Amino acid sequence: MNQTQTSTGPILTTDGIPLKVSLKKAERINKIRAFLLVLPLLAFILITFLVPIGDMLSRSVDDRQINTVFPKTFEVYQKWDRQGLPSEEVYKTMFFEVKNSEGYNIGKASTRMNYSKSGWKSLLKKSKRKFKKIEEGPYKEQMIAIDKKWGDIEYWKALGQMVDPTTMGYYLNAVDLKYDSNKEIVQQKENRRIYNKTWIKTFKVSLLVTLFCLLLGYPISYLLATLPMKYSNLLMICVLLPFWTSLLVRTVAWMVMLQQKGVLNNLLVMSNLLADENRFQLMYNQTAVVIVMTQILLPFMVLPLYSVMKTISPTYMRAALNLGASPIHAFYKIYMPNSVPGVSAGCLLVFIIAIGYYITPELVGGKDGQMVGNWIAYHLKTTLNWGLCASLGAILLAMMTVLYWAYNKIVGIENIKLG
Amino acid sequence: MYMSQKDSFVKFEKVDKSYDGEILVVKDLNLDVPKGEFLTMLGPSGSGKTTVLMMLAGFETPTSGEIYLDGNPISSIPPNKRGIGMVFQNYALFPHMTVKENLAFPLEVRKMQKSQIDEKVGNALAMVELQDFGNRMPLQLSGGQQQRVALARSLVFEPRLVLMDEPLGALDKNLREQMQYEIKHIHEKIGITVVYVTHDQSEALTMSNRIAVFNDGKIQQISSPDILYEKPNSSFVAQFIGENNQLKGKVKSINGENCIVTTESGDDIHALKINVNNNGDGSLVSLRPERVAINSSESFENNFEAKVKELIYLGDHIRSRVEVCGNDQFIVKIPNSYKEANLKEGSTVKLSWKASDSRALDLN
Repeated sequence: MNQTQTSTGPILTTDGIPLKVSLKKAERINKIRAFLLVLPLLAFILITFLVPIGDMLSRSVDDRQINTVFPKTFEVYQKWDRQGLPSEEVYKTMFFEVKNSEGYNIGKASTRMNYSKSGWKSLLKKSKRKFKKIEEGPYKEQMIAIDKKWGDIEYWKALGQMVDPTTMGYYLNAVDLKYDSNKEIVQQKENRRIYNKTWIKTFKVSLLVTLFCLLLGYPISYLLATLPMKYSNLLMICVLLPFWTSLLVRTVAWMVMLQQKGVLNNLLVMSNLLADENRFQLMYNQTAVVIVMTQILLPFMVLPLYSVMKTISPTYMRAALNLGASPIHAFYKIYMPNSVPGVSAGCLLVFIIAIGYYITPELVGGKDGQMVGNWIAYHLKTTLNWGLCASLGAILLAMMTVLYWAYNKIVGIENIKLG
Repeated sequence: MYMSQKDSFVKFEKVDKSYDGEILVVKDLNLDVPKGEFLTMLGPSGSGKTTVLMMLAGFETPTSGEIYLDGNPISSIPPNKRGIGMVFQNYALFPHMTVKENLAFPLEVRKMQKSQIDEKVGNALAMVELQDFGNRMPLQLSGGQQQRVALARSLVFEPRLVLMDEPLGALDKNLREQMQYEIKHIHEKIGITVVYVTHDQSEALTMSNRIAVFNDGKIQQISSPDILYEKPNSSFVAQFIGENNQLKGKVKSINGENCIVTTESGDDIHALKINVNNNGDGSLVSLRPERVAINSSESFENNFEAKVKELIYLGDHIRSRVEVCGNDQFIVKIPNSYKEANLKEGSTVKLSWKASDSRALDLN
């Protein structure tokens, strides 16, 4: 009787508080403590990882700066019907905003305007200098007199792309598209289409590197996992030794190795396997990038493969043999399926690192071997077009997310094992 | 025990095995297993029993000597052509295949027809009573169920011989005992030859027709479980199988099959002469705890006063540790039915046992 009563109502602790409430109270302290323990790391990740990525993503669409330089011009610009040149009012506002703006701001803005239509930068530079002499209006004629471009409707139309505080222009640029003067999306001019080719090349190189890493890494990992400890340790050192050497040193060593008068070609010529005039062109092209990146990324394939293979009990193979399977059949049917988590982890890891690689293509790629990473670096350092950098980076990030998602659908992320 | 080559289904002839060229882990092994026998190789770890099994399965090759299966030498036959079933220590069920796929694997590699495979797999599952578990993955099964799948897989392709390498080692005690009987029944039902390896003596006693006790790479004694228990012929076997009292002393006199051993405390023990040869040899006299009578009115060859050190109530019997003939680790099992008021720790009792129950063995 007593038992049935207690089982229907909420269970109480001895001091009369419902059990669930006191359990929550007891666990809250643990939760707070756990949270405080991870807080420093959380803050670190937030500041050094999430914030920069967020900043990068916002930069890829950000178009506000120009609006702070020409706020009034853009206001009156909106009223323009885009048929024939703008009215005197537009010219006048533009005139004063150019004349009164700070040099730094107008420099930045003119760079942005140049992305929409080249010629803007020189036009503004020239105008800023000459506007000082103009004392009174009307301004339209005087401005056109300073530079004929002020009378070109295409320049005025290009301004329309910048009125919004956000723009898709950088993304379009990153896939060889652009806005025309009527804000329609069109392809870049034939001679300016570089990015789609680069994307395809980047994918091709990354896939090849992943494939070669797998082909080379699988047997090594198998040996590592199955050899007795004293041999496998030695082999492991051989795999890791390059890992401990500077990336630059290794890349330069490969340059010495592969160039036309390099070690490899010299050996082949010396041993009469190759005629002197037929030396292989192994340096400063895609072949070089694939060879060197395969060598550099091999440990990233071997380590996850090894860690998975180490867990495959040798008795599985013994059992398969015992049950009558030939060694090859047993390997194919029993060992390989069990190594899939390592294969997928290794491939994903190598591919992700390869697709954003920069230093090796830069050094050994020549003209033919440049990857997306190199274009990002170029725009970051040389042209200072950070919006384009950000959009290229964001596309890379999006691709990886899609890949990851597809991988999760096909293989299942729980099947991954990184070590 | 002589057996002609025809009688022996499995035969080891002068087999040596060394891994490093220095130490022999199996020394001059000669062993005959007749068809249908359940032979257990029992021994401590490192005694060479597993190596013998691995040589039979084909995963190790003898350093010298030859192994015959059904009269044919098999040393040069690879493991996948031997047609020997095997249950591995941790079952070795393929984790990426369902139970059915695991069982079908040996049949598929033998290129059997689909319908035939289904039938055999169904029969094998029925044999181990796992009909409803065919589509599970091995990791979704309990330890005992995995064990049964492993057993079924080793039998599904109807091998001539099944090897079992400590198959019950990973199970808890109750399940282990239950599985012992199941394996024994399956063996009796299908009459297959089984070579079983274990270090658990009670497992060996429960299941085997014969037990080969291994130590130091050699068979110490091979005989049926009852003989092994009742008549161990070396002190190693006496210690390894069952509980055993040992009294250390020197041989005083030998009289045909009997002898007298004098302990350090000066007591003379009448015993069977098993493997001592000369007067003055050191000897351990071995005696099963249940063969010792306490305060018995009957008179045997051996009668001693003993002091009770410890009494432990174990339900069906009372286990008492006493000091006798200078040995204070002497165990006597007193049946539960024995009631006597003066039996308490510190009291003195009379112990007596037959000379034929005490065996004078080597000083190991």
